[in-house]
Amino acid sequence: MINLDAKIPEGSLAEKWTKYKGTMNLVAPNNKRNIEVIVVGTGLAGASAAASLGELGYEVKAFTFHDSPRRAHSIAAQGGINAAKNYQNDGDSVYRLFYDTIKGGDYRSREANVHRLAEVSTSIIDQCVAQGVPFAREYGGLLANRSFGGVQVSRTFYARGQTGQQLLLGAYQALSRQIHTGSVKMYNRHEMLDLVIKDGKARGIIARNLLTGELERHSAHCVVLATGGYGNVYYLSTNAMKSNVSAAWRAVRRGALKANPCFCQIHPTCIPVSGSYQSKLTLMSESLRNDGRVWVPKNMEDVVAVREGKLEPNDIPEENRDYYLERKYPAFGNLVPRDVASRAAKYVCDEGRGVNESGLAVFLDFSSAIERYGESEAIAKGLSTKDKSKIIELGKQVIAKKYGNLFDMYKQITGDNPYETPMKIYPAIHYTMGGLWVDYNLETNIPGLFALGEANFSDHGANRLGASALMQGLADGYFVIPYTIGQFLSNEIRTPAIDPDSEEFMAAEKDTQERLQKLMNIKGSRSVESFHRELGLTIWDYCGMSRNAEGLKKAQKKVQELREEFWSNVYIPGEMNELNPELEKATKVADFLELGEVMIVDALNREESCGGHFREEFQTEDGEALRNDKDFSYVAAWEWQDGEINLHKEPLEFKNVELKTRSYK
Amino acid sequence: MQLKLKVWRQKNAETKGEFKEYQVEANEHMSFLEMMDVLNEELIAEKEEPIAFEHDCREGICGSCNMVINGRPHGPIKATTTCQLHMRSFSDGDTIVIEPWRSEGFPIIKDLIVDRSSFDRIIQAGGYISVNTGQAQDANSIPVDHEDAAEAFDAATCIGCGACVAACPNSSAMLFASAKVAHLSKLPQGQVEAESRAVSIVNQMDEEGFGRCSNTGACEAECPKEISIENIALLNRQYFKSILSTEKEA
Repeated sequence: MINLDAKIPEGSLAEKWTKYKGTMNLVAPNNKRNIEVIVVGTGLAGASAAASLGELGYEVKAFTFHDSPRRAHSIAAQGGINAAKNYQNDGDSVYRLFYDTIKGGDYRSREANVHRLAEVSTSIIDQCVAQGVPFAREYGGLLANRSFGGVQVSRTFYARGQTGQQLLLGAYQALSRQIHTGSVKMYNRHEMLDLVIKDGKARGIIARNLLTGELERHSAHCVVLATGGYGNVYYLSTNAMKSNVSAAWRAVRRGALKANPCFCQIHPTCIPVSGSYQSKLTLMSESLRNDGRVWVPKNMEDVVAVREGKLEPNDIPEENRDYYLERKYPAFGNLVPRDVASRAAKYVCDEGRGVNESGLAVFLDFSSAIERYGESEAIAKGLSTKDKSKIIELGKQVIAKKYGNLFDMYKQITGDNPYETPMKIYPAIHYTMGGLWVDYNLETNIPGLFALGEANFSDHGANRLGASALMQGLADGYFVIPYTIGQFLSNEIRTPAIDPDSEEFMAAEKDTQERLQKLMNIKGSRSVESFHRELGLTIWDYCGMSRNAEGLKKAQKKVQELREEFWSNVYIPGEMNELNPELEKATKVADFLELGEVMIVDALNREESCGGHFREEFQTEDGEALRNDKDFSYVAAWEWQDGEINLHKEPLEFKNVELKTRSYK
Repeated sequence: MQLKLKVWRQKNAETKGEFKEYQVEANEHMSFLEMMDVLNEELIAEKEEPIAFEHDCREGICGSCNMVINGRPHGPIKATTTCQLHMRSFSDGDTIVIEPWRSEGFPIIKDLIVDRSSFDRIIQAGGYISVNTGQAQDANSIPVDHEDAAEAFDAATCIGCGACVAACPNSSAMLFASAKVAHLSKLPQGQVEAESRAVSIVNQMDEEGFGRCSNTGACEAECPKEISIENIALLNRQYFKSILSTEKEA
């Protein structure tokens, strides 16, 4: 078994990071100029890392498969970013953010990493404001906050429903500045297809120029992967179409470990599936649960009438509605964490109370909020609160200010107007907590290979709280890697530039060339897309919102068979040496077909329920997750050796929080 | 619904392109790109090369998708990207003409895919506030007027898709460039570099071969994020203020 040393620094929890920063090894400015760093991915984590490392003086090469760094999927994050600023004076603190994150993650993350995340969260907001990120403001000119699921304070900073866009543009602009000065060399439309290891250290990548199809060898002193999550293994997800696992998976194929791959987040508020042609699912921000109330009809006759279009949801009287989150979880109500809210929606739909044709949807209703806001506006404007239609009109204006773009998006996609009738929503895959195993330095078990943001596993445990992905991506990129990378690079100052024509690079290029050739030569009869759809459905059915041993075993066999068929029957049109979107898809799906099996094996191994991982065999009497801290309080890090899947464990120690059953009741 | 598509096909920048006709069956709930997916799946089944088009988030925010649909960038619906356009906006029997963005600043790569790296270079020329990581003071030490923040945000919602250029008879990139200038200069943090930023951005835009603005307003009309043409006036003010200041020039 590989010894997984997390390299957690000495000292009390609150002092670890500060002390460590003050004593870690540095690279002098004159040496930085001779050290090259490859950063793959230009989302929040990648762009902020590349920009910050460039500012420090390293020679950075940044890679994205997009036509521009600004297109990374971080851009689609809607709701906000958490920080323990306590600007609202509501009792927030670094410790509370740390505690909420550990608890929200159902006690399956690493204490020291999470505390550091909470510590640097405040600097992120400072940095972003200085860059010109136009966060929402109060009338006095100071920053505004809102609440997200799983917490009882307001610590979420936001820019309407486009927070991810604004933060990414901030990082993109910082990156653009470094590209302009020449400290970062940007490779757009380049996809990493392999990792190159030389003398046991990560020293470069093989990238395909997507315009010409040409393979290129790029070398550096170390490699940073900030390549996002693997939610698209489910085919239908809220991820962008091209989001994929390949860079991380290629690292796994070269010896890195995939940690907790079965920890996937299912977001409770997405627009339901409408047909078999569907290519992706669209999220409706969690921030909507601040003001929206989730319900289904109490009576089956109402359910049937709604589905048949004979009854409008607004005509169902209050007493015949089941606001099931408020009923089951009075303390947190509609703002319970995502995993809890998703499962609750599944339960009411399993009972047959789903409100659309497929029976897989619940209502998210804004009528109470519209009335509430309307009344307070009327009072503020000195108007009568008796004029109901005026109040509704004013209330709609407030809602439009807060969520206008989300409401418009909903209307465009569904054709329904959510100002007039409740939204229909259903859970969908949104984020993956699992990822490459990293230590406290964010370094994988391969020396010189780092993983940041959603691509690593370390901070969110078995469930991520809302508005924490943006926080983690930027924490890793702006404030962690610029320090911790020095621990590795300070030993490399005497290493001359790595030769991209050396044996290891040539061999890796040849491997990639042969793999692509093999794919092109299959010339079978099924499209890449059809394999991806089938894989996604299998993983969703058996390794989705709830899992059981029997189903997982069935799914493992199905995935193995599908993989075999893929490698003998896929059809890829076009040529290798040109822009070929189908070939790009094929390499991604090939990797998903391997990762999918590892997810299933991980889910099968983890005989407990925690966070997003719900094993039906392990639940309390009232259907809540039943954790097993005695046997499963560890990180499951998986090794892939030519299809053989081996487990390595990193025990999790909790010295500062008491392990409790998570309760939001 | 049965649709006839006339789609621009072009193997690469060197070869000549042409319109090709296709029949496709769609339903009203599909997005426009899902309709294209259906067509591509059919082409692949017939071992023909699928139509290459740019897309990613399919939520109207990444700015990848870029089709001129029946002569209008992003199609007939106001404030909507191609990916957010749904087939309920079309009728059975319609003929739909699909082309790439056309501009000197956006050379064609393949079929409907164009090269928009000129936009990146415009931002690289000065579309930022020069602050290194770790230098910032407490976020609330810079109060920003509520309205200023809202206006900066409105300008900052530009997704860099390039519809403004595609819509403009002069292929001008002024709406894109001015959105960035306005976003940053409406905030106190962006004031320091406001004038030099305007000049470097305009110079880069010229270098990329984009045309001049003649106030037709087509860009604003077609912008999926409804970026206001007032930003162009602001850019012009800042640009002239800067080049007329002899001190700066010296």
